[in-house]
Amino acid sequence: MSHFSAVGAAPPIEVYQLSRDCQADTHSQKINLGVGAYRTPEGKPWILPVVKKAEAQLAKDIDAETINHEYLPVLGLDSFTSAATAMLLGKDSPALKEERAFGIQALSGTGALRNGAEFLVQQLKKTVFYFSDPTWGNHGLVFKNAGFTDARTYRYWDKSTCGFNFEGLIEDLQNAPEGAVIILHACAHNPTGIDPSQEQWGKIADVMQEKKLFPFFDCAYQGFASGDLDQDAWAVRFFVERGFELFCSQSFSKNFGLYNERAGNLTVVVKDKSLIENMKSQITLIVRAMYSNPPAHGSRIVDLVLKDEQLYTEWRGSIKIMSSRIIEMRHGLRERLEKLNTPGQWNHITEQIGMFSFTGLTPEMCQFLLKEKHVYLLKNGRISMCGVTPSNLDYLA
Amino acid sequence: MATCWSKMNKSSSILKRSSLLGQSIPWQPIKMGAPLSARASSWWSGVEMGPPDPILGVSEAFKKDTNPLKMNLGVGAYRDDQGKPFVLPSVREAERIIAQKGLNKEYAPIGGEPEFGRLSANLAFGQGNEIVSSGRNVSVQTISGTGALRVGATYLAKWFPGNKTVYLPRPSWGNHTPIFKQSGMNVDGYRYYDPTTCGFDFNGAMEDISRIPEKSVIMLHACAHNPTGVDPKDEQWKEMSQLVKKRNLFAFFDMAYQGFASGDVDRDAFAVRQFLEDGHNICLSQSYAKNMGLYGERVGAFTVVCKDKEEAARVNSQIKILIRPMYSNPPVNGSRIVSEILTNTALNKQWLEDVKGMADRIITMRQELKDGLANEGSSKNWEHIVDQIGMFCFTGMTPEQVEKITTEFSVYMTKDGRISVAGISSSNVGYLAKAMHAVTK
Repeated sequence: MSHFSAVGAAPPIEVYQLSRDCQADTHSQKINLGVGAYRTPEGKPWILPVVKKAEAQLAKDIDAETINHEYLPVLGLDSFTSAATAMLLGKDSPALKEERAFGIQALSGTGALRNGAEFLVQQLKKTVFYFSDPTWGNHGLVFKNAGFTDARTYRYWDKSTCGFNFEGLIEDLQNAPEGAVIILHACAHNPTGIDPSQEQWGKIADVMQEKKLFPFFDCAYQGFASGDLDQDAWAVRFFVERGFELFCSQSFSKNFGLYNERAGNLTVVVKDKSLIENMKSQITLIVRAMYSNPPAHGSRIVDLVLKDEQLYTEWRGSIKIMSSRIIEMRHGLRERLEKLNTPGQWNHITEQIGMFSFTGLTPEMCQFLLKEKHVYLLKNGRISMCGVTPSNLDYLA
Repeated sequence: MATCWSKMNKSSSILKRSSLLGQSIPWQPIKMGAPLSARASSWWSGVEMGPPDPILGVSEAFKKDTNPLKMNLGVGAYRDDQGKPFVLPSVREAERIIAQKGLNKEYAPIGGEPEFGRLSANLAFGQGNEIVSSGRNVSVQTISGTGALRVGATYLAKWFPGNKTVYLPRPSWGNHTPIFKQSGMNVDGYRYYDPTTCGFDFNGAMEDISRIPEKSVIMLHACAHNPTGVDPKDEQWKEMSQLVKKRNLFAFFDMAYQGFASGDVDRDAFAVRQFLEDGHNICLSQSYAKNMGLYGERVGAFTVVCKDKEEAARVNSQIKILIRPMYSNPPVNGSRIVSEILTNTALNKQWLEDVKGMADRIITMRQELKDGLANEGSSKNWEHIVDQIGMFCFTGMTPEQVEKITTEFSVYMTKDGRISVAGISSSNVGYLAKAMHAVTK
């Protein structure tokens, strides 16, 4: 007799299953456009040079016994969280100057979202949250597992135009109950690649201020989207200037290529700095009951790079390389599609930004690509531009 | 007023957005004037100060103390005989080897690398064990021991078909309760520590266990009980195993000190292996924080022993569904070190020596402390210091005596009289004996 006879098999998680299927495929021209991880023009993973240098330095430091493998504080490496928060908000941010912003080291972006969501449920008794339709596949689950009970969507992607349904978004936010938590993508919206313009962000802020909605930004691509850290942080900084209190989850998986080291930060901006100690003490309890304290390695790498002028400059160069390659592939794909007189409009491919492109392909078309052409993409039509290389561009188009 | 704002509006972009790029947006700077109204309009006004962590509190007070003879016997992290953190030679060597391999930073699978899970299960259950060879275990990488417990607790809260209450030994590691509660499980207890003997209350435990409602979860510390250092004897474990079976309870083992307790990884896994032999399909949380000194790398494993391979597949799929919304996939720096050590014969041998070295030093300190107290002329029975095992020792000191030893001798420990033996060295054990004698005589 087993305790677990009634445990049903869970459906496989699409994006991981896709990778497994692609790996098993022996077709010579197969293309994996599933998971969002950067690839070089040769289609290989890329360890950033600054990461290699940082790791070499850390190895020396361990030998010299200036660092070791001891526990980090519960809320993380202080130097790392300050640097990460400053990178997001800008060194000259009024929130930083007024000491009303802080960071909590987290298990990459997912962990930061989870920490923040748990806090909102436990301390503010939040129940309602909104995410864009569509959004990253894990947003809903993170918030539900954290205890949110009412999951709602706001319109975002307009199928008919392969564009932004801004009016729908505004309407849905107008109808949101007071205090609802709204998940916003800081830049490079996943999966559509469509970001609001500055003016549109202004209107979003207006509605959120009027309806007293709480902004929870997800910033997984700072630097990776446009190639410029400040530009990609524009929306978050704008909301800070507008006087919002907000959370923002930051991931260093993409912009540092540190996917498996789980380096992340939850930035918190408040109005009243006297409340910060209380908040930290409560977040401490949440962290303690989940994983006690965060993994050191990834945060040490980021910390080292952000604090060293030379490495920091070099890193900004690497981000530019990654984002430029993606932009190049976007142009390449669109050109070829248009040259082939492919039916439909393809300008969205270059107008979208970041790692992903919502092609507008239907599930049936995606199935066709998968089965007949060995092109692996999510059934919602999302492709990872990282999987596109000069050598497979023609085949893909 | 120039701010980062003005720069951003002027920056050019090579990308087209839907419309109106680069147009400056009129904005109002925040007026920081009336704190009261700021507080009133803040989301966080109702957030109260959480209770301070007793152990961290000890460390913080210790840091502030200027007494050169001060001792920190609070946090459970191993220290060498010079009182310094210890990076294991086997770990250092593993790191060098891994650096040569030029491995990438791609996402690990949700449950970590299968090999890591397999190696961890083999370490716990014994090389060549039937469970791993038949594939009926689910073993996932977790964020150290805490993460393993949290994944386990969350899994049980959702899928355990019986009474969703976990029975912890009294006392237990302070963090067990919040982990289980926040996961949605109820928490209760069974007698464990006998303050009159500073030893194991076997009869009390058996009595309480026999009254635990059937189909409940019982938590067992595999070895080196935290915080007491008191472990059941082999014969007692056997009896407990039979009783747990009779009561139809689900055994959840927490093994955070395998190898670290006696110095022998197989010896320390005795209880776990006995229960398996007796047919319990347990679940297990493992930590590599102490036995490999990988504290801050957060390496651990959670295992569910299932009926068969088919059940394991189903359980595995559900566990992944719980991990993804927590942190998606685990950090690999530490797990790569563990895998390297456990697969590399020479390194594995080195590691077993390293961990025995740590355990031996602790056992030596226990003996020296007991001898030191005798030398001071203490008439009390300090046998429990050497009877207890692992990093911690429940001295039996009262809160008043603890207060005294801290204020008069700058010896820092938790109020329950628990000391971390790892914090004792040959140079200060004499001082500690003197201090303990002074407050307890």
